Amino acid sequence: MNLPTHLRIAWQDDNTLRVDTDYGTQTRLLHFGAWAPTEPRKRSWQGSSVALWASRRGGRGGPASARYLRITTTDLLSGYLRKNGIPYGENASLVEYVDLFREPDGGALIVWTAVVEDAVNLETPYIISSQFKKQPDGSAWDPTPCSAGW
Amino acid sequence: MWRTLSTVIVIAAATGVLLRGQILLDPEGVDLSGSWAARNFTDAIGNMPGGGPRPVDYMGIPLNDIGRAWSLIHNESQVSMPERICDYYAPTYIAIGPMGLRMWPESEMLTGSTTAWMIGGWADFVPITIWMDGRPHPSKYAAHEKSGFTTGTWEDDVLVTSTTHMEAGAIRRNGVPSSDLATMTARFSRHDNILTITARIDDPIYLTEPYYLTRSFALTRAPLNPATHPCTLANEGVEAERVPHYNPGQNPFVDELTKLYGIPQEAVLGGAETALPEFRKKIKDKYVRPSKCVSVPVSTCGGPGTYPPIN
Repeated sequence: MNLPTHLRIAWQDDNTLRVDTDYGTQTRLLHFGAWAPTEPRKRSWQGSSVALWASRRGGRGGPASARYLRITTTDLLSGYLRKNGIPYGENASLVEYVDLFREPDGGALIVWTAVVEDAVNLETPYIISSQFKKQPDGSAWDPTPCSAGW
Repeated sequence: MWRTLSTVIVIAAATGVLLRGQILLDPEGVDLSGSWAARNFTDAIGNMPGGGPRPVDYMGIPLNDIGRAWSLIHNESQVSMPERICDYYAPTYIAIGPMGLRMWPESEMLTGSTTAWMIGGWADFVPITIWMDGRPHPSKYAAHEKSGFTTGTWEDDVLVTSTTHMEAGAIRRNGVPSSDLATMTARFSRHDNILTITARIDDPIYLTEPYYLTRSFALTRAPLNPATHPCTLANEGVEAERVPHYNPGQNPFVDELTKLYGIPQEAVLGGAETALPEFRKKIKDKYVRPSKCVSVPVSTCGGPGTYPPIN
């Protein structure tokens, strides 16, 4: 999610949040509840993602409004952390934390923090964060195919 | 008797509610205390010591014309002047610098309420006091200080801080300026043992719109032991009364990224639109991919002062 992309986020059904990116035209499905990937497991670029609303205080503590989205993704294909070739392996784990902040002017901001753990290629977890500002409309949405160079 | 007993029960129940309310009152927010190790993988080139950002790389910063002009006359040797050696180390340095954080609460002795969250100083970085006791910010006529003045509140278990009264400084470690009218709103958001800081910097002098930055930290059991002294003035060899700078239009690094990587200058010089995904398409036809590096050793390809040919 740290590529130069717009996000389009909508509920696909009661238990599935769909996130589309226009950069690279990718789709992620974030599954809530007792969802499990179908067997046999199949790897993909976006993997299998399970999501829940987590408390910052741990357990079930704190107000519901204070919860954030916690996403755990497995079944990834190996790929690159950066376009200059820094790799992650197919056994890498990905945990993401998504915050929604309200701005004083009424705007909304999403901050997406990703933690990649890969014992093969990384000494410590790789942590990056990106921010997205809610747009008034979809006029900037412009799907673009994957590109290694641009 | 029943009436008396019921009165007693009512009083006891009421007292019990009060006591329970006092005892079980939830403290606001979450615990942020501890040593948070920097994880400078976001914007690593800009944040890390040693390399730092290129002298003229303003991409993603919503500079106005004044901010851009001020940036371009900056010479990095300015930070060797005793007067400017501490310019970078305002509270904004938690967003643009490489340091980790050591945080702890200061509590009121009798009630245990948190009067302030503290962020310890680290080498050059000033300590920050985040006042949580509801005190107002000083008058706009009050003196500005290196540490600024910061208050905080909890919003949905996220610590939201507001910093004013900073001195003029920088918002990127290549001299992009911030004025003494700049303010910073920062959100300290904890998830498990990861802390993400989202900083919004507003500056009516140099920016056209708010500048957003994020950094992440990991809780560590190895205590960070930052030095507690603030930036110390020193003589680093710049002669007295000399201000290292570039005259307008004469910054030799203005086309460095264009020569090195083929990045169009309108991207390099920043502006609000350079932070947006759609800006890629605006400059796509102007971008020239650098040629393959065929030199041996490869260290002669790229890097300051060694420009590979661009075809």
